[in-house]
Amino acid sequence: MRKKIWIIKNRSSSPFIIYKIGLTMGFWKRFLKNKMAVAGALVVLALFAVSLLAPYLAPYDPNAINLGQVLAPPSAKHILGTDQLGRDVLSRMIWGARISMKVGFVATGIAILIGAILGALAGYYGTWVDAVIMRFVDIMLCFPTFFLILAVIAILEPSIWNIMIIIGLTGWMGITRLVRADFISLKEREFIRAARATGADDLRIIVRHLFPNAMASILVAATLGVAGAILTESALSFLGIGVQPPTPSWGNILTAGKDNIDIAWWLSLYPGLAILITVLGYNLLGEAIRDSLDPRLRR
Amino acid sequence: MGGRHLLAYVIKRLLFMIPVLIGITIICFIVIRLAPGSPTDLETQMNPRASAELKERLRSLYDLDKPLHQQYLLWAGKLITFDLGKSFSPDRRPVADKIKERIPITITINVLSMILIIMVAIPIGVLSAVYQDSFFDKITGVIVFIGFAIPTFWLALLLMILFGVNLGWLPISGIRSLNYEYMSTWGTMIDLVKHLILPVLLSAFGGLAGLSRYVRANMLEVVRQDFITTARAKGLTEKMVIYRHALRNALLPVITILGLSVPGLIGGSVIFETIFAIPGMGQLFYMSVMARDYPVVMGILFLGALLTLIGNLLADVSYAMADPRIRLS
Repeated sequence: MRKKIWIIKNRSSSPFIIYKIGLTMGFWKRFLKNKMAVAGALVVLALFAVSLLAPYLAPYDPNAINLGQVLAPPSAKHILGTDQLGRDVLSRMIWGARISMKVGFVATGIAILIGAILGALAGYYGTWVDAVIMRFVDIMLCFPTFFLILAVIAILEPSIWNIMIIIGLTGWMGITRLVRADFISLKEREFIRAARATGADDLRIIVRHLFPNAMASILVAATLGVAGAILTESALSFLGIGVQPPTPSWGNILTAGKDNIDIAWWLSLYPGLAILITVLGYNLLGEAIRDSLDPRLRR
Repeated sequence: MGGRHLLAYVIKRLLFMIPVLIGITIICFIVIRLAPGSPTDLETQMNPRASAELKERLRSLYDLDKPLHQQYLLWAGKLITFDLGKSFSPDRRPVADKIKERIPITITINVLSMILIIMVAIPIGVLSAVYQDSFFDKITGVIVFIGFAIPTFWLALLLMILFGVNLGWLPISGIRSLNYEYMSTWGTMIDLVKHLILPVLLSAFGGLAGLSRYVRANMLEVVRQDFITTARAKGLTEKMVIYRHALRNALLPVITILGLSVPGLIGGSVIFETIFAIPGMGQLFYMSVMARDYPVVMGILFLGALLTLIGNLLADVSYAMADPRIRLS
């Protein structure tokens, strides 16, 4: 493996020769040249904007019930129609974006925290630590995860916090494997030996020298993980055990869509489209980051 | 790969499954039982005459009054004799019976969608690798990318609206029509097929994207290897090179992927069976979870894990049988 090497003179995390971790000029050049990458980034930025500005963007109060306007098809007044309680679907979807982003980020954050720590321990220490952690990973991978999530959430009262936690707790195994693999390939490199020779302890080597070099794969996994978490949340909410009404989420608007499948197609179409575009955006972004960080990995 | 070798390997793997299964069941058990609330609450809270004493009696009937480790040992002890306990639901039927009557339809749907996945994904993957960067490759690339991102339950809703509501071609719920009793044998067959088309198509869709990409990537890798160059150099036609030499080697790892896709298929059945009101294992699981029917939940989780492990084992064994270079150890 030949990687571009540059020497860091000052202010860097590592005083030694460090392997390229990205976010250099080359990264941005490659990233901006990739149209799909830019499209993905724009979708994600737009989502951020929508979730931050939800109170200003939504034309109506998302929970304002209007029984005179029940299941009204899309019109100039309600661009995406209204639901079974006469609430404006567009407003509910805008607020739903906030929920999706929250769940995606918190769940992925939990997964990364667990995955990175366990992966680092397994990769750095090897031997029995590695054996125990990797057996645990194997066990977790044997679960039909969705069954487990379903069981836990239904039993623990569905709430947005429980969903985030449980999606995080069942989604860290891939990251553990990635970080472990990175650590194993890095830990015998010269710059780590050099760090050790100067008396750096394990914690310092792991945090200051190894993690920054594993960041690239973590970043990619995180971006794709957010997409996965959003998909899982929407499926749970759709089944009625995710985000609970009246809190709007894309998944629970789709439940209403299913209940009114023969009369209100707009309830089924638009929220799903929002999920699709969001997940597509994150996936594009994730793949683009991977390609731009390391063009040799391009498939 | 000698037969004796293989047998020893399978036995070793089966033995290794035991600690894994114990680990899985302990985790499930703890997670389920430590949750606040008790299944007896659901039975008693609607009944004003339920006294504290009655609740206690119910709890001891279900062994819920014993410490957690004792409950687990009781459960595991019964499991050794293939007894999954009795359901907490009012009918108190054995869990094994409840699962048994629901498993055939779930397995049928999953096997059919697996066959569909293999039949569609492999040709797509191979063709898009052989004609890399062609129009076909690009189009399938886009479709696959969307396939990864599309929530399948949403796709299910859209197809239900299109084929069920607007066109009226396919039924959208259950596995039998109301007038099932009055149909001829042939008619019932057609009826069943009609009910299964959408669920099978949709549960196949999720796996399709992944597998076709995987086959494509493998194929591209194999085509670059030396033995392919050799095959070309000795004057074989391109067809022979691709379909005799490259394809075989590219398809081997697919076996592993199929084994790994078992948990996904099982998990997906919850969603599809709930959407299409199919009386299978996924629906039973959903209903049992909602009713806090612990024995049924545990039974299905156990079975799901067991199926996953067996799927992985079968994948590894068939891989070894197909590829003589692999040594099982």
